[in-house]
Amino acid sequence: MNDESVFAEPWQAQAFALALALQDAGVISPKEWSEALGARRDAANAAPDGSDYYDSVVATLEELLAARGIASKAMLEELSLAWIRAAHATPHGRPVELSNDPAWPGRT
Amino acid sequence: MGHDHDHDNHLDPMAARVKALETILVEKGLVEAAAIDAIIETYEHKVGPGNGARVVARAWSDPDFAAWLANDATAAIASLGFSGRQGEHMRAVFNTPQQHHLIVCTLCSCYPWSVLGLPPVWYKSPPYRSRAVIDPRGVLAEFGLELPADMQIRVWDSTAELRYLVVPMRPAGTDHLDEQALAELVTRDSMIGTGLALSAGDPE
Repeated sequence: MNDESVFAEPWQAQAFALALALQDAGVISPKEWSEALGARRDAANAAPDGSDYYDSVVATLEELLAARGIASKAMLEELSLAWIRAAHATPHGRPVELSNDPAWPGRT
Repeated sequence: MGHDHDHDNHLDPMAARVKALETILVEKGLVEAAAIDAIIETYEHKVGPGNGARVVARAWSDPDFAAWLANDATAAIASLGFSGRQGEHMRAVFNTPQQHHLIVCTLCSCYPWSVLGLPPVWYKSPPYRSRAVIDPRGVLAEFGLELPADMQIRVWDSTAELRYLVVPMRPAGTDHLDEQALAELVTRDSMIGTGLALSAGDPE
């Protein structure tokens, strides 16, 4: 049972940290977080090996932000597509910036 | 690969969804980029089962500390510099020859982060979460841990507010060891309850 690396991919660490930072900031409470995450982690929805845990973390974040009126699912979807376009438009070796998205030139 | 190397940054869909969340939250001032980096640094490098092993080794070595740990685990653990996040309380449960303790979070993944770091993947899996309560003996057997039939197994369900740490029994033949050497016998799984402390002379 030894010893998986802490995070399999960087986005998992970032999603985890966003969830904790939102709790630190008091935007969501720990209880609210664990209940919302738990609802996605029941046996009917979650992979038996636990491999989709961080997928659930991301989906729970999206759900709570939408419920709070912080960001609609449509807005997040649009923004994630913008990030994908920005990555494609960024020359190799340069940092990927959202402003590199050619379809969203006004965005800073 | 045949693709154009001016355009070979690919962001996978999950990474893009997280970038979108982060962008919104930082723009709205709800989280700071530096705070996110600090959290990642902490959980990738600073906290892990070594913290819990020090707590257990201290409890094995110092009866006063063990009593404090039993009465007020949050404060006793904090005295070693391991503070949980706000609102999280700790309770230490001590294995005895008559009783073995096992921790789980049936709801999601609540875990004693300050002393064990992040949970292993199996801790977050639906089968462990459901079966630890229904059939703890069967779960322990899958971890290679066969307990005597007359040993009671007690399962503790962690919550967002209350997290548990199992204090395994001190192995026989370790009277001569100092705290640092004792800590090396304390495995992560022994503090979850899915294992026992290692025997002396059998370091990990």
